[in-house]
Amino acid sequence: MCDQTFVAITFGPCDRCEKNFPLMSIYIQGEAATYCSFCVDTMACEGLTKGETLVTLKNESDSLKKKLEEERNKLHDIELHKVAEKVEVLGALPIKTRRVLKGHSNKVLCMDWCKDKRRLVSSSQDGKVIVWDAFTLNKEHGVTMPCTWVMACAYAPSGCAIACGGLDNKCCVFPLSLDKNENLAAKKKNVAMHTNYLSACSFTNSDMQILTSSGDGTCALWDVESSQLLQSFHGHTADVLSLHLAPSETGNTFVSGGCDKKCNVWDMRSGQNVQSFETHDSDVNCVRYYPSGDAFASASDDATCRLYDLRADREVAIYQKDSIIFGATSVDFSQSGRLLFAGYNDYTVNAWDVLKGTRVSILFGHENRISSLKVSPDGTAFCSASWDNTLRIWA
Amino acid sequence: MARDMSDKEILQMELAQLKMEVDTPRTATGANCQDTIDFVEGLAADDPLIKGVSEEKNPYKADKGGCTIT
Repeated sequence: MCDQTFVAITFGPCDRCEKNFPLMSIYIQGEAATYCSFCVDTMACEGLTKGETLVTLKNESDSLKKKLEEERNKLHDIELHKVAEKVEVLGALPIKTRRVLKGHSNKVLCMDWCKDKRRLVSSSQDGKVIVWDAFTLNKEHGVTMPCTWVMACAYAPSGCAIACGGLDNKCCVFPLSLDKNENLAAKKKNVAMHTNYLSACSFTNSDMQILTSSGDGTCALWDVESSQLLQSFHGHTADVLSLHLAPSETGNTFVSGGCDKKCNVWDMRSGQNVQSFETHDSDVNCVRYYPSGDAFASASDDATCRLYDLRADREVAIYQKDSIIFGATSVDFSQSGRLLFAGYNDYTVNAWDVLKGTRVSILFGHENRISSLKVSPDGTAFCSASWDNTLRIWA
Repeated sequence: MARDMSDKEILQMELAQLKMEVDTPRTATGANCQDTIDFVEGLAADDPLIKGVSEEKNPYKADKGGCTIT
């Protein structure tokens, strides 16, 4: 997407061999160094144990993947939609657009609901972050960020702050005040710093910690007050595009999805990647936990959404149709977990029956691709944000 | 950061992760699917997006049809 970093070629003495060559700056054990490309190659080979080459590592990796598949298949006795055959078929859904939120002058990239079920925050390519009241369509607060492409925004659980970030590689927190005349931008607090764009951010159960994911391939947990990095999560081999925290009160895990086609489940306290799933054929754009916390869904550029069960440690359902060829950008579950709403690049929202794996209805209305979709905290409505500069509330 | 790692380091990281994952405790799919279905069945009756909400209670429906002066 917008992940092109142009490297300026510097010419000078290499740190290792002292000769003048075009230099590459790399990180060794966390420290920056500039070496010429010859030294980089020599050093890369030195770091391996005897007999290890790219090929042997790859072979070992492939054989382990096969073994993992076998272990998972041993417990695969029946498909979800077969078990769900006795479940009643869903009737037509009474859902249509109830509100259209206009106000952004460019693509709306992200949105989040407040826990009070009526406010939401949205961020857009024009650099504006707006807090709306969904019932009355009032715009309650507006902030202009210095960078364009604000790709992530989140509402704090208390409803008293919002966090946002994007191409500026940072995540900033703005406390919201009741005084309409107050200048929000003056209270801005920079919390997170990444080395590449911020793709998603989310408050944990309190206002004091924020979890962020970035184009640099890592996720990180930050303390808001001190802006300290509490924990970082390494394991993705490409940009991380989305993350979602487990819904339980005591939950300490979150799931992330990235451009390496993987969805990883992490333990927040240890920083350890506890489970990983690689069945998509293309970038994973969005991940969402199931309301029960035992499963999660992912949406991908390969035009499918998939459901993964955490206890069975495998993919249990694919939501796809031959007629759907555009990538899915975002997913969310309805309150009971029976419906999965997915927004696609073909401007539609599809509602899938989670248990049976069939599509229940298609919702038309947007005039450009859907960038973000979230169900409200009480499950009465969901909001979709789109590149057509509007947000729509469906109920 | 993934961008700064060489291919070999990335493969080593993946290998370490896979070794850990082969030993993860797992349960049978069928039992988990049944649990999921029971969970959903319990809640589906109250799901506002499935069953719909009556005109009076739905905060989003009262859009057209007159204004109230307070």
